[in-house]
Amino acid sequence: MSGETARFTFDGKSYTAQAGQTLAAALLANGVAVVARSFKYHRPRGIMAAGVEEPSALVTVGEGGRAEPNTRATDVFVYDGLVARSQNAWPSLAFDVGAVNGLAARLIPAGFYYKTFFGPPRRWMVYERFIRKAAGLGPAPQEADPDAFDHRAAFCDVLVVGAGPAGLAAALAATQAGQRVVLVEQDSLPGGALLREDARIDGQDGADWAQGTVAAIRAGGGRVLLRATATGYWDGNLVSVVERLAEPGQVPAPGTPVQRLWKVRCGKVLLATGAIERPLAFGGNDRPGVMLAQAVRHYVRRHGVVPGRRAVVATSNDDGYRTAFALADAGAQVLAVLDSRTVLAGPLVERARARFAVLADARPIDTRVAGRRLSRVIAQVGGAETTFAADLLAMSGGFTPVVHLHKQAGGDLAWDAAAQAFLPGTARQAQASIGAAAGGHALDAILAQGWAAGGGGARAFAVDDPLGLGTPAMAAAIPQAVRGKAFVDFQNDVSLGDVDLAWREGYRSVEHLKRYTTLGMGTDQGKTGNMAALARLAQAQGVEIPQAGLTTFRPPYTPTTLGAFAGAAVGDHAGPVRRLRLHAAHEALGAVWQPVGYWFRPRGYPRNGESLGAASLREARMVRESVGMVDVSTLATFEIAGPDAAALLEMACATTIGRLALGRGRYTVMLREDGMVMDDGTAWRLEEQRYLLTSSTGGADRMAQHLSWLRNVVAPDLKASVVNVQEHLGAVALAGPRAAAVLAELIGAAVPAHMRCARAMLAGIEVLVLAASYSGERAFEIYAPGHDMAVVWQALHEAVVAAGGGAYGLDAMDHLRVEKGHVVIGAEVDGRVTPADIGLGGMLRKQGGFVGWQGLQRPALADPAGRRHLVGVAAVDGQALPEGAMLVAREGDVPLGHVTTASPRVAPDPEGLTGGIGLALLTDGASRQGEELLAWSATRGQTVRVRVCEPVFYDREGARYRD
Amino acid sequence: MMLIECPHCGPRAQEEFTYERTRDSVVQLDDAPEVAMATLYARTNPRGEENEIWRHTLGCRGWLELRRDRMSHAIVAVRALGRAVLP
Repeated sequence: MSGETARFTFDGKSYTAQAGQTLAAALLANGVAVVARSFKYHRPRGIMAAGVEEPSALVTVGEGGRAEPNTRATDVFVYDGLVARSQNAWPSLAFDVGAVNGLAARLIPAGFYYKTFFGPPRRWMVYERFIRKAAGLGPAPQEADPDAFDHRAAFCDVLVVGAGPAGLAAALAATQAGQRVVLVEQDSLPGGALLREDARIDGQDGADWAQGTVAAIRAGGGRVLLRATATGYWDGNLVSVVERLAEPGQVPAPGTPVQRLWKVRCGKVLLATGAIERPLAFGGNDRPGVMLAQAVRHYVRRHGVVPGRRAVVATSNDDGYRTAFALADAGAQVLAVLDSRTVLAGPLVERARARFAVLADARPIDTRVAGRRLSRVIAQVGGAETTFAADLLAMSGGFTPVVHLHKQAGGDLAWDAAAQAFLPGTARQAQASIGAAAGGHALDAILAQGWAAGGGGARAFAVDDPLGLGTPAMAAAIPQAVRGKAFVDFQNDVSLGDVDLAWREGYRSVEHLKRYTTLGMGTDQGKTGNMAALARLAQAQGVEIPQAGLTTFRPPYTPTTLGAFAGAAVGDHAGPVRRLRLHAAHEALGAVWQPVGYWFRPRGYPRNGESLGAASLREARMVRESVGMVDVSTLATFEIAGPDAAALLEMACATTIGRLALGRGRYTVMLREDGMVMDDGTAWRLEEQRYLLTSSTGGADRMAQHLSWLRNVVAPDLKASVVNVQEHLGAVALAGPRAAAVLAELIGAAVPAHMRCARAMLAGIEVLVLAASYSGERAFEIYAPGHDMAVVWQALHEAVVAAGGGAYGLDAMDHLRVEKGHVVIGAEVDGRVTPADIGLGGMLRKQGGFVGWQGLQRPALADPAGRRHLVGVAAVDGQALPEGAMLVAREGDVPLGHVTTASPRVAPDPEGLTGGIGLALLTDGASRQGEELLAWSATRGQTVRVRVCEPVFYDREGARYRD
Repeated sequence: MMLIECPHCGPRAQEEFTYERTRDSVVQLDDAPEVAMATLYARTNPRGEENEIWRHTLGCRGWLELRRDRMSHAIVAVRALGRAVLP
């Protein structure tokens, strides 16, 4: 450890940390005992563990957009200027009003939320406000994260997860065997268990050996990532790894992301993920000063922090003794080693007896605090009770191998009765577990196993461990006698009593136990506590632990920030932006933009402080009275060519295409296989064996997929090609009574008749003119290659303005089409309407042969009665219609239908009505013409009386759009 | 995430592909309506291997037929669908 120091604050108070210390180590070194309040009872909590398994010491680190809530104090390394705050405490950590929850713990037992939710509804409404304030974790930051996140892909022959002794030996062997190796380690230093032990390998200090091994792996071409956690193990031997390049809340180096999400596709995966120590369950086992034994050793050896001066060690196995030696060597007083086993033997125990009071058949049953930290440990030794005046209790209830990734990979587990633990069983993917993760115990055996797994030849590691490891045998760690609250899930405040309560209330399965008590559902996923609860459940059931079952191990292994998942795909990069070729031309006209999918389209062109609504109405009237032009380049367009082009089109389209004469077009509709309308558009015969199909902007990708499906899967033998030409072409629609004259002048030729097409030259550009009308006026769609569109637009715009018209936007287009009763995909066509529902039933080919015909033959669709039909609705009292309003006879009734689109009137009503009009889907609408209903919008608080009419408000005879 | 061997592009990550449906639920347009509806809605959903149609949407856009074990996610075979027009 170097002499460098870093300054940090916790709850506003300044402290100093040694370089390389975790926040937990630094807080312990500064004598900060209470760092958090528990989730439910607001009990004061300290630091229990030393790694990512820490359940209690959750803090918010960083400020503003960099704040990272629920960070484990054990999993953040102190940097100069670190700012940490406690969570879930009000008004302060020391005096927390919510701690009354602890006094009222009898009122908030397991299943409290469950019972409250399922109880009388009013009960939850009463409790909710109180609970939301009282229970919880750190608040999410409100500001945007100022830093960058990154994604990377990597490929390797061998991925080693964990740089403890097993992982290092394996990675070194694989590197030397010429394999492409990636080694990932969540800690900032390699070594794993070596960092807390005083063992020597090949004559070197363990931590130095680890550093040297990493250097050798890197020199051999291997990639070693520190502060990198393997969070998920997916199909196809893909492992996701989250690498931290800056600590939580820390400003990253310039040009560097704070985190990088790696997707590593691996030939083989070696899981050297270690084991997590289990706490013991006894009364008050959550008090600040009660810690895991290996964690205590970790703080003493790695960080130079002795977490207490008068210690009791409580253990169910030999490993706990090593902590007693470490504490004593560091100058702490070890009052006693409480060993729950009745017969104690072995060299380690004998050596301990020479230095400490070693008590057999001994266990803690309760604790006392003074000034919120541990002051007394009450133990049961044989049949008698003894009290120790201790400020530190180091506990070890055995070890749980970290099998998360093995399980995520589909592997199964095998119960090892001697170790009282689930070990990795059969692996399903190309992977193996090594070291403590596989139940390994002795260091020399672990090193040899890792070396062999990495493909190394015969080699022995010289291990010098002065203490010796003792035996792995442990007593079954099911608590026998407890007082007060004995926690198993410290983060979610689940005690042994809660497990018992769940059992008494009939929750038999471990999955039910989990959901009822919230066991293992915290951000730590029960890494420390699940096994004790499971043991208790098995005991209640009278079965062995494996019969009680296990809950699912789900990724991510440790909490992952949303930023890591998003990577660079945020802000402007969250999705592609599709700009029209004519974007600049619209911008110059003062367009108000409307996002449509990824597109930005002009919604209207307000002039001189005009509102958008007024502008749209003016634009629509301009089309009715003179001429307007609108950019329709976003329409889906496909060229379908070949001898079987018509046959392919007739599969997709429900109308007749085959008899279409050269140079003519038709409105058409495409259905889904279930018979519902998918899209609509127009089909044009450009040449003998070449057609152009247009369909809606929003459905463009779906239609491309649909045509490809038909062409390649359903009818692969058809001789036809489908080319998506949307990106190639641009298009402008010209509409209005003066449109034909304007266009004829520009192209110097006669314009095509309605529903005919022709090629023409416009401003020196070859264009395709389709005479089709959406607005109800005489209209033309003019297509040209995208790169020529600016010229075409310019020429058209000058001519249109000269004729007294101008450009119009989407809103005006919408007003015009509503008056004509033209449907829009996504509004009237909502995936639940058949062609007959929207008045297109008569267009369909009776003999079928198109997608959707078979679905339409279903009896319920064949009968129009009871279905919702497209109708028009007109406000009777001169008001605007609320879009989306329910159509009802009386407010509160079951709706008969709803207003799909609402619009102001562009043309005056022949009967003199002045209010809004709309299109609607209405049950049995065809037979409700003339009825009056209410358009009732509860969300907008609006009710408007409407008359049901035919869905055409303007030019019912269709005289205006023909030649 | 599965690794799918595209016959045109080679092994690619699953995220480049979209699942379409099982091979046996492809409706032919000359099927009788009852047959077509049974094909669409009355699926066998076997526990084990099944023929599936996928598309390499974010790659070559080709259509594929996979034989895949739906328990283990193991891909037994892959072949290209459609006319073999690619060089």
